[in-house]
Amino acid sequence: MDFLSKNLSYLLAGVSVGGQYALIAIGYTMVYGILRLINFAHGDIFTVAALILVYSTTILPLYIAIPLVLVATVALGYIVERVAYKPLRSAPRMSIMISAIGVSYLLQNLALYITGGLAQTYPAIPIISESIKIGPATTKVVTVVTPVLTIILVIVLMWLINHTKVGMAMRAVANDFETSRLMGIKVDNVISVTFVIGSFLAAVGSLLYFTNYASVVPTSGAMPGLKAFVAAVFGGIGSIPGAVIGAFIIGICENIIKGLGWTTFSDAFTFALLIVVLIVKPTGLFGEKATDKV
Amino acid sequence: MKKAAALAACAALCFASVMSVSAAETVKIGVYEPASGDNGAGGKQEVLGMQFANSVCPTVEIGGTEYDVELVIVDNESSNEKGPTAASQLVSEGVSVVLGSYGSGVSIAASDIFAQAGVPAIGVTCTNPQVTEGNTHYFRICFLDPFQGTVLANFAAENFEAKKAYVLTKLGDDYSTGLGFYFQQAFEGLGGEVVADTFPEGNADFTSYVTTATNEGADVIFAPVSTEAAQLIIDTATSQGVTVPLLAGDTWDSNVILNAAKGKDAQIYVTTFYQEGGDPEFDSSIKEWINSDSTNLANNGGDDTVAAVTAMGYDAYFTALEALKAAGSTDPAAVNEALWGVTYSGVTGEISFDEVNGDANRDVAYVKVANTETGAWEFVAEQGVN
Amino acid sequence: MSKRKNTIISALLLLALFGFILILERMLPPTHIALTVLKKSCIYALVAVSMNLLNGFTGLFSLGQAGFMLIGAYTYGILTIPVEARASVYMYYGGGIIQFAVPVAVGILAAGITAAAFAWLIGLPVLRLKSDYLAIATLGFAEIIRAVFMWDKLGVLTNGSNLLRKFPTFSSVTFPFIVAGCCIAVMVLIINSSYGRAFKAIRDDEIAAEAMGINLAKHKRMAFCISSFFAGVGGALLAMYQTSIQANTFKSAMTYEILLIVVIGGLGSVTGSCIASFLFIACSEWWLRFLDAEMYIGDFKVPLLRSGFRKVVFAVIIMIIVLFYRRGIMGNKEFSVEGICNFFKKRFGRKKEAAS
Repeated sequence: MDFLSKNLSYLLAGVSVGGQYALIAIGYTMVYGILRLINFAHGDIFTVAALILVYSTTILPLYIAIPLVLVATVALGYIVERVAYKPLRSAPRMSIMISAIGVSYLLQNLALYITGGLAQTYPAIPIISESIKIGPATTKVVTVVTPVLTIILVIVLMWLINHTKVGMAMRAVANDFETSRLMGIKVDNVISVTFVIGSFLAAVGSLLYFTNYASVVPTSGAMPGLKAFVAAVFGGIGSIPGAVIGAFIIGICENIIKGLGWTTFSDAFTFALLIVVLIVKPTGLFGEKATDKV
Repeated sequence: MKKAAALAACAALCFASVMSVSAAETVKIGVYEPASGDNGAGGKQEVLGMQFANSVCPTVEIGGTEYDVELVIVDNESSNEKGPTAASQLVSEGVSVVLGSYGSGVSIAASDIFAQAGVPAIGVTCTNPQVTEGNTHYFRICFLDPFQGTVLANFAAENFEAKKAYVLTKLGDDYSTGLGFYFQQAFEGLGGEVVADTFPEGNADFTSYVTTATNEGADVIFAPVSTEAAQLIIDTATSQGVTVPLLAGDTWDSNVILNAAKGKDAQIYVTTFYQEGGDPEFDSSIKEWINSDSTNLANNGGDDTVAAVTAMGYDAYFTALEALKAAGSTDPAAVNEALWGVTYSGVTGEISFDEVNGDANRDVAYVKVANTETGAWEFVAEQGVN
Repeated sequence: MSKRKNTIISALLLLALFGFILILERMLPPTHIALTVLKKSCIYALVAVSMNLLNGFTGLFSLGQAGFMLIGAYTYGILTIPVEARASVYMYYGGGIIQFAVPVAVGILAAGITAAAFAWLIGLPVLRLKSDYLAIATLGFAEIIRAVFMWDKLGVLTNGSNLLRKFPTFSSVTFPFIVAGCCIAVMVLIINSSYGRAFKAIRDDEIAAEAMGINLAKHKRMAFCISSFFAGVGGALLAMYQTSIQANTFKSAMTYEILLIVVIGGLGSVTGSCIASFLFIACSEWWLRFLDAEMYIGDFKVPLLRSGFRKVVFAVIIMIIVLFYRRGIMGNKEFSVEGICNFFKKRFGRKKEAAS
């Protein structure tokens, strides 16, 4: 019991962080699954979603601002894909990746310009930003809400992918880009849908994340973005359940490491874990076996 | 054609950069402060003090001639990597003396650039000893971390009868690491026990750190970190129901902290350079000036609380003017020479420099507590080291 | 033009550039921003070429450059801080464990060798990975290295997360220019040697290269170590330029910056990387600075201009280059007099046609 009371907080924090990483990681893994693109800008879309809420709540009530954030973030994800990635579809993969880095750079600098470099305080969302007691630990409601909401969203997403026409098209495009185009699937639309879903989940993730850690700076999204990406690779990039499990493992491990007093290595440990997995199983925990075509 | 267009664009850029303004009888004072990054909020408040001082006293008489004072402001981005470039920007603008910075790390990083160019610098609130140690061009008007750390350790031991302190510092931040180190030294010297922890840059999740502090049974939490991290620490600590006092150094003396703590159950104590009300005339005129301009108001964090760093910025500006007057020339070398003997009686107290490193002779710090109901600082004590 | 003649002309051009920099240094005040930009762009050119060797010539997509620069910078700093200054630098760690100092040249060499040694170790497991996985693994290693160097248990060696400083630095542009120039020349020689041809074969088709009898593992490891060696030297130079070292500055953002330079210059073009480094540094540090200050034309206040706008414009420029000039400034060609002649001939020829 003593053990539990001491460590429950770490576990709760880990599960909560894991849920947030999971929501971002899905965006990475879906885009990679289809375009083979590491979308470096995804973490920044996450930050921008937070900034939109900060600025929109100064003029709008919260119940309008939150839907607005979701819509605006989805629009941003869509625009980024159309402007920065679509023109490069036939270019070498390196070019698209550089374009992603460029977009990330642009979004960060734009955020820097608009905020003037000052940390913005995230508005408190009622109910989920209050404190509750769970056994011996006190925490915010959002800590408990996050994993539950994450799992619900993932189930909905899985249903969408496995049982709808769009989902089938997405699986087809991920499997074979060229053939699905020949089969009459509108590849560009499918890719747009992917970005829309990814951005939507990132927006939800940002609502949860910043309710927990209520300060937004232009680089806020960089670390969670990178960790979520690692989670996606860890679980086997392209696989949604893999990304979610990977995110929870990374979130929990990170907080256990901090609890053990190895705080200097909390970020490094994530990467060490990743490298070990990649060496043992080069395509991640749930990844498909890649075959070389000669 | 594309290449030609690109070339033309480059040429236009070159041309634009060459356009530099030069007016007669102007003395330039460089302002080397962060406007973005971790310390952006504090840096902006410090610059406000200088800008206000500049609006109060825009000219100076040097060697019998009246000079307009121009502040050349650069942003060092709170980054030890970008700092040196910003510093060389100042140097190449031909400034006579530099004010800044808010943080210690960037000041140390830029120190050699100023030294190579022979430009003296006046540190405003950089409290780490390494800023001025062993050089003759870097001065400072604030107290030092060994002093501040000891003051805080004494305060913790005396007022809270603390036996165990949890010290949380940021990796790679010289100010944070340094102040944490001196606090630990002093606190252990008083017979206390210290649990030290660090967090990496970009960390937003302080839950585990606060949990560790609680599990270790710390009597006080000492977190000498930037206001950005401070906001998150206060938020996490209060939402986890932590009731032990939070202690911090001069960086926390900011309305950012007040806003974060407002309406929450937290005890926050800081040591600082200036207590609002110390010079009512200065307070009222700067409040009026801040309120008169929306940009100033935004830079001050949205209200007119006078931060200690603003008062320090104000004093730094006048100290620089004194040095220019004493030097009788705008030549940086002469200003550097003159700085050793400069004394100035500012709003934050008497300013003079010691002969060894050019550090301020200050032997008192103000301790303040945040009133979480009104959202204002309240004076607790004036504390020195015995 | 014969190959030999070409080489001579290139050498002459390089000498002319060196002469120009010497003259520039005499003419400008020593603190002029142009000189700062030149110093930094020499260093970035070196690192960019080293990254290009790996990404552009061998086709190994590595994102670990910042990590190897960090190792180089720390090795240089740790070895060259004068003994009498150590007590004040390592003030929290009782003066540190190393109580000797080596000359600058040895320090720079050691920086490269240490980085290469680490690269060899890291390469053992990592180089078996392919494309994106390799990129992520190397990025991860760079982050791990950064954490290790900030660990306070190693403080007696690395000064924990605190600054290393007071090591010898340079003040003249000629020093980084010569060092970077020599290193780049060595890399060009490697690229043009039989090893270089093997690297290019691996880039174009691994399986075909292996079938031709190229030892993949050996050559990949070699390219990785060579690239890291020069990244380490670049790190040492960067430390000298910055006059202080801190692990925190070698973040993945630095690797991305260098990658952008490589791509803007053209993957597989050494001269492209050099030119792009200069343009990149000059734009970000110098030419666009005016955008950060408020400007009045008459009484008209130019809108949008305030602190931070420079970076937005810079990012937009980069996006435009990435989207519309996707092969970069030089493509995979090299800068040569012949190329310039051809370029103008084509242009001139076209104009003639239009006129007639």
